[in-house]
Amino acid sequence: MATNIQNYEMMLIFTPVLAEEDFKSAQKKFTSLIKEHGGEIEHENAWGLRSLAYPIQKKTTGLYYLVEYNAPTDLNAKLETQLNRDETIMRHMITHLDKFALEYTKRKRNAKAKSEAETAKAEEAAS
Amino acid sequence: MARANDIKYLTTTRVEKRQKKYCRFKKLGIKYIDYKDAEFLKKFLNEQGKMLPRRITGTSLKYQRKLGHAVKKARQMAILPYVTDLLK
Repeated sequence: MATNIQNYEMMLIFTPVLAEEDFKSAQKKFTSLIKEHGGEIEHENAWGLRSLAYPIQKKTTGLYYLVEYNAPTDLNAKLETQLNRDETIMRHMITHLDKFALEYTKRKRNAKAKSEAETAKAEEAAS
Repeated sequence: MARANDIKYLTTTRVEKRQKKYCRFKKLGIKYIDYKDAEFLKKFLNEQGKMLPRRITGTSLKYQRKLGHAVKKARQMAILPYVTDLLK
């Protein structure tokens, strides 16, 4: 049966207690999980430690992690069980990206890449 | 007793023309409201963190609903508070 490929964006909040390399290994765990089940990572973005607007599980900061991927529609159910089982994750959210959302994220990414390129050029010019 | 229209004011009473409200999303052509950037969403919240009604912000119904979804997602992911006292 033709699996219907959809675009999703997953945002995770890890407990701030997590050490740096645990955070990295947790990221790899989920990206590999998505790849295993026929998903494909579009873009990864770890915001790192950020203060929360309200305390979650008595903690006021959290490690934010954002993944944009496209995957067959049955992948999210498997992902949810993993997310609920993992206690280092305080909160997770998977949102569906429609075409406007996709355009928006692409435009934002190009703008960021362009601005980074400019700053890089400016540094070269300066040095 | 001077009737209302008899009273002549020195300066003409200028009822200031209320500037026509417009939907910010339609005018700027914003199609997707991102739940991740809190600064933009804060423009549509009052000090307590509650959403402003359409009659004040002037946004159209379609984008007010998208705004509602974005704000609720941001609150769920602790980017925006549910209630607060000094948001701005």
